[in-house]
Amino acid sequence: MMAADSALLLGLVEEFVLGQQDRKAVDTATELKAGQFTILQLVEALGLHLTSSQPQTRARGVQLLSNVLQECHGDLTEREVEVLIVFYENRLKDHYVITPHVIQGLKALTKCSVLPPGSAVSILKSLFQDIHVQSLMLAERSCVYSILIQLMESRESELKGLGADFVFGFVQSVDGERDPRNLLLAFHIARKIIHEGYDLGKFTEELFEVTSCYFPIDFTPPTNDPHGITQEELVLALRAVLTGTPRFAEFLLPLIIEKLDSDVQSAKVDSLQTLTACASVYEHKELAQFLPGLWASLRREVFQTASEPVESAGLAAVGTLTACLSRSVLNSDSEDSLNVFLELVLKDCQHHLCEPDLKLVWPSAKLLQATSTASYRASHRVAAAVLPSLIEQYNSRTQCAQRRTLLEVLQGFVHPVKSSEEDESVLLDFRQSLCSIVFSALSESNADLQVTSMRVLTALGQQTGLLLESDVELAVDHLTRLILEEEDSKVSLAVVECAGALARLHPAAFISKMVPRLKEEIFSEPMAQGEIATPSQEHSQQAVRQRCVAALAAVSSRPSLVQESTPVLLQVLTSAHTGTGAFSLEEVISVCHSLQKIAEQAQDTEETGRVFHDVIPRLLGLALQAALQGSSDHRSPILEETVLSAMVPIISTTCARLQSQLAGQTASRAVSLFLDGDVSFLPENAFPSQIQLLKAGDSRSQSQMVCLLMGCVCWLPQTVEVPQMDRLLLELEELSCTCDHPLSYTSAAKCYAGLVNKSPAGEALDSLIDRMLKRISTELDSASSPVRTQAFTLLLWVSKALLLRYHPLSTALTDKLFSLLSDPELGSLAADGFSLLMSDSPDVLNRGSHADVRIMYRQRFFTENSAKLVEGFNAVVQENKSGYLKALSHIVNNLPRQVQLTELPALLPLLLEALSCPDQGVQVSTLSCLQPVLLDPPSALISQLEVLVGRTLALTTSPTMKVRIASLRCIHALSRFPEHEIMPFRARVLRALGAPLDDHKRVVRSEAAVARNEWFLLGSPGGK
Amino acid sequence: MSGGTRLENANPLIFQRTGERLQTANDEDEDVADPIDDREIFDLIRSINDPEHPLSLEELNVVEQVRVRVDDQGNTVGVEFTPTIPHCSMATLIGLSIKVKLLRSLPERFKIDVHITPGTHASEDAVNKQLADKERVAAALENSQLLEVVNQCLISNARTG
Repeated sequence: MMAADSALLLGLVEEFVLGQQDRKAVDTATELKAGQFTILQLVEALGLHLTSSQPQTRARGVQLLSNVLQECHGDLTEREVEVLIVFYENRLKDHYVITPHVIQGLKALTKCSVLPPGSAVSILKSLFQDIHVQSLMLAERSCVYSILIQLMESRESELKGLGADFVFGFVQSVDGERDPRNLLLAFHIARKIIHEGYDLGKFTEELFEVTSCYFPIDFTPPTNDPHGITQEELVLALRAVLTGTPRFAEFLLPLIIEKLDSDVQSAKVDSLQTLTACASVYEHKELAQFLPGLWASLRREVFQTASEPVESAGLAAVGTLTACLSRSVLNSDSEDSLNVFLELVLKDCQHHLCEPDLKLVWPSAKLLQATSTASYRASHRVAAAVLPSLIEQYNSRTQCAQRRTLLEVLQGFVHPVKSSEEDESVLLDFRQSLCSIVFSALSESNADLQVTSMRVLTALGQQTGLLLESDVELAVDHLTRLILEEEDSKVSLAVVECAGALARLHPAAFISKMVPRLKEEIFSEPMAQGEIATPSQEHSQQAVRQRCVAALAAVSSRPSLVQESTPVLLQVLTSAHTGTGAFSLEEVISVCHSLQKIAEQAQDTEETGRVFHDVIPRLLGLALQAALQGSSDHRSPILEETVLSAMVPIISTTCARLQSQLAGQTASRAVSLFLDGDVSFLPENAFPSQIQLLKAGDSRSQSQMVCLLMGCVCWLPQTVEVPQMDRLLLELEELSCTCDHPLSYTSAAKCYAGLVNKSPAGEALDSLIDRMLKRISTELDSASSPVRTQAFTLLLWVSKALLLRYHPLSTALTDKLFSLLSDPELGSLAADGFSLLMSDSPDVLNRGSHADVRIMYRQRFFTENSAKLVEGFNAVVQENKSGYLKALSHIVNNLPRQVQLTELPALLPLLLEALSCPDQGVQVSTLSCLQPVLLDPPSALISQLEVLVGRTLALTTSPTMKVRIASLRCIHALSRFPEHEIMPFRARVLRALGAPLDDHKRVVRSEAAVARNEWFLLGSPGGK
Repeated sequence: MSGGTRLENANPLIFQRTGERLQTANDEDEDVADPIDDREIFDLIRSINDPEHPLSLEELNVVEQVRVRVDDQGNTVGVEFTPTIPHCSMATLIGLSIKVKLLRSLPERFKIDVHITPGTHASEDAVNKQLADKERVAAALENSQLLEVVNQCLISNARTG
C-alpha cells in the first residue's frame, strides 16, 4: 500500500471511530470499492480500536467495519468471508453495546455469494447460543430475522442439516415478539419452515404455540400509519402458517372452537376463514374427532348471528369441511366421517324445514345447501333426506306464504353440483314431483309463487335430464300464457329471464310454440270491427304487445331463434310505417330496443351476422321510404326523431360486430346511398333516382337520416376502409355548418367527428382540421352569424374526437372552447360542453365503436388545462365566472377518484366558491363532485371544514329540489369524517337539519332524516 | 351478540318485508307538496333492528303500517307496536327505539305517541306509561348503557335508509 493511501485509511478510521463522524463510513466504502485499500487493510487499520478496552470504542470499530461490509459484501473473496465470520461470531460474545453492529455485519456477510460451506450453520449456532433475540431492539431483531430468511433462501440444505435444532432456535428467537413489522418476517420464516419441509422434530407444538398465540390477530395501525402494515396482511400471513400443515390440526382445531366463542366479530370471521383454509388441506382423519365440536360452533354462528359476514364465513366453512370429508379415501376400518358429519347437520337442521313461518328455516336451509353443494356424495345424502319431506309439505300446505318459502328452499337445492360427467343428477328421482310442483305453482295466482317457480324451472333446465321434451313444451306454454296474461311487473321480468335461459338450451320448443303465438298476438286486430276501444282497453292491449316484443328479444340468443324473431319485429316496423297496424310511437321504439337487444346478445356467429347484415338495408329502406313520403294523411312514425334515434343503435351494434368482408360491403353501400343516392341494394326498390340525402338541407326528413349513416360508418372496425372519405367529410362538414335542424346538424357533426377520430394521422388530416377550424372560427367570431350554434356543435365534437386520440391539434380546438366560456350567447352551452368532452357518449366516439380512445385522456386534459381554467376564472368579470365554475365541476366530476383526491387541494378554493355561486346547475354539479370525495376525505378538506359545512348547510334550503338533495347527501357523507374533526359541528348540523325534515318534498325529507340520524349517532355510545 | 347467551325467543315467526316505496311523477315535481303519510312514518321505523335478532321490526311484525297513524295537519303521530311474545322483556327498549327514531327524523311540530298494541303484552300499561312520560324518556337516554343499545337498534337502519 502506498503511504498516502495508508494515511487516508487511517484518517478515515480515526474520524469515524474517535471523531464520531458517521458519514466517513460511506467515504471508506467508496474508497475501498475504488481499490484504494483492501478489507484486510481496513481490519488492520481498525486493529487498535477493535481491541480497545473501552466497549464504546470497540463498538465504533465494529460499526465501521459492518457499515462498509453492507456496501461491499459483493466484492469479498471466500477466504475473507471465512475470516470475517469467525471474527464476528466471536464478537457476539462481547459487550452488549457491540452486539447490534455485530448483527448488522453478519447480515451483510450472509448476503455474500461466496459464503463458505458450513458457515451458515455456524452463524446460526452462534446466534442462537449467544444472543437473546427478544432483549434486542426492534431493528436488530429484524436483522436476525433477515439473516434467517437470507440463509433459508441461499443455504437451505445446510440448514436442514441442523435438524430440529433450527426450528427450536427460531422458536426461541421469536418467542415474545410484539412488533407487527417483525411479526410479518417471523410468520414468513415459519411458513417457509413448514412449506419447505424443515424437520419439526419434537418441536411441532412449540412452533404452533409461538405463532398461534397471536391468533386471532387484533391490530389497528397507528393513525399516521408510517409502515403501511394492515390487519389483513398480518391475518393472511399468520393463517398461512397455522393452516400450513396437518400436523397442527390437533392444536389448531380446539383453538378455533375456542375463538369462535369470541364476542369480537372480526375474530369470529377470522376463525371461520382459518377453518375454511385448513379444511382445504386436511384430510378426514385430522377432522374426525373435532366434528361434533366444530359443528356445534358453526351451527350456533349461523343460527344466531346478526352479521352477514359471519354467516357467509360460517357457511363457507361448512361447505369446505364437507368437501374435505367427501374427498378422503376411507380405510376399511374407519367409519365414514362424511356420514357422521351429515347426520349431525341433518339432525339439527332438517326439522326446521318443516316450520316455514319461523326464523330458523332459512339458516337451516342455508346450512344444508352449503353441505349439499360441496360434493356429489353429500348432495345425494342431503337430497335423499330433505327433498321428500319438502315436496310432501309443499303439497299439503295451503297458505301461499308458506308454499313460497318451501319453494324458495327447494330452489336452493336445485343447483347443479360439480360432479363427473357420468354421475347422473341427484335430483333425477325427484324429477317428476319437482316438475309438477313447478307447473302447479305457475298456475297459481300469487305473483311471488310464480316468480319463485320460474327460478326453480330455470335451475331444473340447466341440468341434463331433469326436463323432458314434454316438460319443456309445457313450460313454454306456461311462459307464453304468463306473457299474454300476467300484468305484474315482477312476474313479467321473471318470465323474460326464465324464457331467455330456457330458450338458450331448448330453442326448438320456443320456435314452434312461443314465437308464432306471440306474433299472432302482436298483429291481432285490436277490436272486433265497428267497436271502439276504450282508452284502458287500448292501454292493456299495448301492454300485452310490449311484453310480447320484450319476450321475443329475450329468447333470441340462438341463431335459429334470431332467424324467427327478427322478421316479426321488422314486420312491426313496416306495418307501423305503412299504417296497416295500429302501433303507437312507444311500441315502435320498444321494437327498436328489442332489435338492438337481439343484436347485442346474439351469439357471434356467421349465421346471425348475416341475419343482421340484411337488417341494415331493411331499416335504411324503411327510413328512406318514410323520408320521401309525400304529404299523405298517415305520417309514418319512422319520421319521428325518437324512432330514428332508436334505430341508430341497432345499426351501430350490428356494424361494430360485422366480419370484415360484410363490414366493407356495408360501408360502401351506405356511403354510396348517402353520397350518390345509390338505392340499388335497398329492398322493395321503388325510389326516385335523384336523391341527395346530405344536400337536402331544406328537407329535414331526409337530412336527419344522417344519424343512420353515423351509426353505420362510425362503428365499423378500424380495419374497414370507408370509401370516398374526402368527399364524405366535405359534405358532412357542409351539412353540419349550414343546416338549421338540430338532429341533422348534430348527427352530421358527430359523424364527421367519428370519422376524423379514426382517420390516419398525417398532413391530410391536419390540413382538413385546419380548414374546418378556420371556417368554424369565422362563424363563431361573427356575432351576427345565424349558424354559430352549428359551428359550436361541430367544434365540440371534433375537439372530443381529437382529444380522445391525443391528437396535437386538439389543444387549438379546446382552447377555442375555453374562450367561448365568457361568450354571452354560447357561454352556458360551452360550459356544458365540457361534460360531453369528459364523459362517454353512448352513440359515437366510444370503445364499443372501435374509436381511438387513449386511456387517461381525462387526466391528461385536466393536467394540461386546469391552470388555464383557474386563470380564466380569475380574469373574467363576476357575471361570467359561473361558466368557468360549471366547466370546472364538469371536468372534475368525470375524473377518476384517485386523481380527484390528489388535485383537490389546489381546486378546493374554487369548488367552495362554486358552492356559493347562484347558478343552481353549478351547485348541483359541484355537490355531486364533492360527495364521493367526502366519503374518504383528504386532509385538505379537513382544514376547510368550517366553510364547507356552512355553505353546504345553506344549500339544504335551496329553492331547487336537486340542490337540497345533493347538499343533504354531502352532509350525510360529512358524518363519516374523523369524529374529533366534526364533533364541533354536531349541534349546528342537527339544528340546521331540522328545517329540511319538514320539507314539502318527501325525497328531501328522507335524505334529511338519514343524514340527521347519522349525525345523532356521532359521539353517542353505541353509535360510532 | 355473545355466542353463549340464550335468546328469549330463539325461533320467532318471520314476515315478509314490503318493497321500497314506488316513486311517482309527483314525487319529482318541485311544485307538488307531498304530505307526510302513514307509509312515510312506517318507512322510518320498519327497518329498526330488533335488539335480539338480526331481523328488522317489520320482519318480526312488531310494527305494521296499519298500526301507524299520522295527522300531518294536526301535528300528531301515533304508532302501535306488538311484542313477539306477551312477556317480552325488550318491549320498553323497542318502544324507546321507535320513539327515538321518530324524534330524530320528524319535524319538531309533531307530538309523537308510541304505545303497545292493546292486549299484546303482560305489562302493557307500565310500558305505555314509561314511553309517554317525557321526563322518563329523557332520563332513559341519559343512561349511556341504554342509549348504547338504542343506538345499536338504529344503526344499520340509518345506513340502509
